Formats: sequence, structure tokens, C-alpha cells
Amino acid sequence: MAISKEEIIHIAKLASLNLTEEEIIKYQKDLTDILEFAEVVNNLNTDEIKETVGINGEYNVFRKDEVKQEISKEELLKNAPSKDEGMFRIPKVIN
Amino acid sequence: MELYEYTVHEIAEKLEKNEVTSYDLVKSYFDRIREKDGLVKAYVSTLEEEALEQAKKIDERRKNGEKLGKFAGIPIGIKDNMNIKGTKTTCSSKMLENYESPYDATVIEKLKKEDIIFLGKLNMDEFAMGGSTEQSAFFKTHNPWDLGTVPGGSSGGSAASVASDLAPWTLGSDTGGSIRQPASLCGVVGLKPTYGLVSRYGLVAFASSLDQIGPITKDVTDSAILLNLISGHDEKDSTSSSRPKEDYTKSLVNDVKGMKIGLPKEFLGEGTNEEVRQAILEVADKYRELGAEVEECSLNVGKYALATYYIIACAEASSNLGRFDGIRYGYRTENFENLKDIYKNSRSEGFGSEVKRRIILGTYVLSSGYYDAYYKKAQKVRTIIKNEYDKLFEKYDLILTPTSPTTAFKMEEKSNNPLEMYMADICTVPVNIAGLPGMSIPCKLDSKGLPIGFLLVANSFEENKIFRAGFTYEQAINFRENNKPTFKGGEN
Repeated sequence: MAISKEEIIHIAKLASLNLTEEEIIKYQKDLTDILEFAEVVNNLNTDEIKETVGINGEYNVFRKDEVKQEISKEELLKNAPSKDEGMFRIPKVIN
Repeated sequence: MELYEYTVHEIAEKLEKNEVTSYDLVKSYFDRIREKDGLVKAYVSTLEEEALEQAKKIDERRKNGEKLGKFAGIPIGIKDNMNIKGTKTTCSSKMLENYESPYDATVIEKLKKEDIIFLGKLNMDEFAMGGSTEQSAFFKTHNPWDLGTVPGGSSGGSAASVASDLAPWTLGSDTGGSIRQPASLCGVVGLKPTYGLVSRYGLVAFASSLDQIGPITKDVTDSAILLNLISGHDEKDSTSSSRPKEDYTKSLVNDVKGMKIGLPKEFLGEGTNEEVRQAILEVADKYRELGAEVEECSLNVGKYALATYYIIACAEASSNLGRFDGIRYGYRTENFENLKDIYKNSRSEGFGSEVKRRIILGTYVLSSGYYDAYYKKAQKVRTIIKNEYDKLFEKYDLILTPTSPTTAFKMEEKSNNPLEMYMADICTVPVNIAGLPGMSIPCKLDSKGLPIGFLLVANSFEENKIFRAGFTYEQAINFRENNKPTFKGGEN
């Protein structure tokens, strides 16, 4: 199944990525190849098969709802590219 | 013999008997790194000052008669996608080039409690996406057996460093073969534990339902020791198993009599290099000679597993990597006017091309109209693959295949063809899809002098069988004693 250029542009938008013209053409080809290969799964009949979600049998894992402060606010803000008065700083969202 | 040449179990004994100091041991590794890492390029960053400081303190405590853990003062190298508080965790990506971990991964916390010393962080394919370590945003790591070939990946730095004696043991992570394949290509022992055996807390997520941390070591004994140190339930990882902790060193028994090993013919056919195929048949014969029952069987899951893997892994990656938005941490673009620009430009400038390719594929298979056809279908095929393994494990204790269909390939040989690169994972990927444990063990060199590894796969939480069979093989054929990397070749 060939993937169109428009589809790549649409998907890139969903993924918040800008692609160059060159990248669009390259990914169009790569994705078509990979999905063509992935078509083999359609040879298998899965009508009666359940999806695997958890692989090791753990199910509904609960713990106590306790507040723990393991990392301080300062430590968490340390990697922020821009911050102000203990908050992440971003450009104005509402005009 | 230089201190860096010993296995961990050998050197731990010497430390205990006060024949060597942790300081000298750690120093020997940094001297070795200075001597050889210029050729191999395994380390993204080293922690020399802190490590030597800590080694001194441990020696001091030992001198004062303090009771220390059995492996106190032993150094380790860590793949650069696990957080060590106060140090950089880059994932070999421009996105996290300056990221400083505000917390310890659970595996790191466990190692710290044992007074294990961190040598530094090891190179990898960006965000663990790749099979050659060529996708690192910083530099490529070289295979010490032939510097013109790749070390495999994504834990290429972790495997190449152990092979080159730049670390006595390391941690890697394995989503589709990223511990076992580089271990095989570099001639060392690599174990991907059962999904859930080792906590993933603090490991930068790639594909959460497949990722697992595991040891890369010089021999099978060290693998059991390191798994003992890092395994166990962790309430910070809800997928971590609540089973009681086991002592894997108890499984280091030199006897495979009565064990049943299945040899699936599909993994020895087309696509598998002839020398690799012969080597695996020799391993099978060796196991027969040692008293195991080895029987040809059928496991026709390879290409289904690979297709399923690329759908599931990319879908989960596209979701996991959504967190990189240039706001809270990681790379932020300089080129923006509004919030949307920050997201788009930071991501586009921060991620490398393989990462973007996988995000695009993952976003595609999860997008409206395609979810059922790809993602849901893949989750069902995953069940079929798991069932196929279940059937085999009714009959066999272990399954024996090559780890990689070829030995180390030349740099840039496959980097332009993603599909061909993905095929290199055909033996290892099904194991992740089914959540099983698998260990790659080196068996011999091919005619080019490159290591060949074999893969032992067991049923979930039956690592003990892998250790027993792996240990028995190693007692009979010690690859490491007879073969040393040559550091030949190179870029010119």
C-alpha cells in the first residue's frame, strides 16, 4: 500500500514535526516499504484471538494513595529551558 | 594480568581478600578507557573524579573492618538511557544533550545500595532505536574485533565496552534485541530478562510493553550476579512482577543432563549466514554431548513477529516521545513565536532521522482509520506468537537459535535501508513480543575473526534454566579465554 505525500504531511502535523521536502520523500518511501512488509500479519486469521495488552499477567496493580515528595520542585525545574518564579515559562497562549 | 581483565566474580574475591583495592581497580579502568576508548568510542561521558573518590571511601571502610556487600567497590558502565541522579542522561540524542537526571532509576538505586561505582554512560542508538549504534546523535561506536564494523545496537556502547575491557560489566536495555544482538556482535554475554523482572523506573521509555533492562557481562556467572542485584518488584513500575526474588547464582550448575532443547529450523534457513548456521549446529552438538536432548522443531514466527514489532514498538514510541515538547526539559528551539512553534521546531531540530521515522510510522498506525488494521491486529498477532512459544515450552526447557543472522556488519552498510537493518533483529524480536527471557552467549569466531553468538530462550521467569545451560556450555567451551578483540581495522 503506497502512502501519499499528503498523508505523510498530515501525519507529521499530528506528530508535531516539520519535515523537509527531502524527508517527506524519504519517509514516504520508507513507510511504504515497512507497511508493505507489515502486511504479512494479514495472512493470519485473528478472528477468535484476544489482544495481548499486559504480557506478564500482572493485572490491576494498586498501591496506597499516599503523597510522597521524592523530587523537589527546584530539582524538577532545573532542566527547564525557561522558567520564572518556580514555574515553566512559555510564550503567551491567549491573545 | 591487568586488573581490568578479570571477571567480576574473580575480582570480587581479590577485593574481599584485600589483594587489590577498589581504587586501583577503578583506576585501571579509567587508564584503559584513556588507552582504548579513542578507538572504540563506547563512552558518552565518564565519571572519573566521582568514581575514584567513591572507591577511596570504600577502601577506607573496608580497611576499617566495616562489613561491605560482596560487590562493593566494583565499577560498572551504564547505557545512557538510565538516570543517575545529578549526572547527564542523553539517550545519545540532541534532545537530551544537556539533561541532568533529578532522580535515580530503580536499578541505579539498587546498585548504589551495594556500593557499586559508576564509570560513566555508554553510547547507544538515539532513544535506543537502531541495531548498530550508528544512530547516536554524537558519534558512532566501533566494534573492537574490527573497528570498521558496527558493535550492534542499540546497547552498542554497553557491549563494546565489556568486550574491550573498558568496563567489567554494564547495563543495557532491550526492546527488540538491543542487549543480545550487540552482545553477540561483540563476543560477550547479554541477557534480556523476562518482561517485568527488572524495574523500568528511570529508564527512558522507548516501547513500554517491550523494554527491559539487563546485564552485559564477560561471562554467565557475572550475568547471574548482576541480575541478582537489579531484579525484584518495584512499586514505581506497575508492570514489575510481584514474584519473590530468586538467587540466580544457585542455577550456575555444570550439568544439562535431562534438559530438552528445541532447535527451530526456521531460524537456520534462508537469511542466516552459513557460518552462523554451522556454529549453531555445533552448539547443538555440544549440548547433546553434554547430555541434553536437542531436537529440531518448528517456530514459524519470525516475519510475523518482526512486522508486529515495528507496529507496536513505533506506536508506543510515538506516544512515549510525545513528552518531548521543549517546555519542561530537553532541547528547546531558538526559533519560535508561539507555543506551537516551540513544540514543532524543538522536536524537529532535537530528534534524529531514525527517531522521526519511527514517530511518523507510530503516529500513522495509531491514527484514525488505521488503528484496527495495524495496531489492534498487531496486538492480536502478539497473542498468536505467545501461544506458539507456549506450545514449544510444553515440550522443551529451552529454545536455541542464532542471536543474529550475521556477524558484525560494516559501518554504513545498512544505515540507508531501514528495512534491511530491521531484518537483523529477526531472531531477537519474537522474544520481546512474547515477553520471554533470552541470553546471547559467544561460541566462536567466524572466518573474518568476528564473534558468533547463540541465543537461549526460556519460558517466562525461567532464567534459572538459561543460567544452568549457559554456564554448562561455558565450562565446556570458554570463548573468552581463547579469544581477545584485536582492535584491527578502522575508518581508513
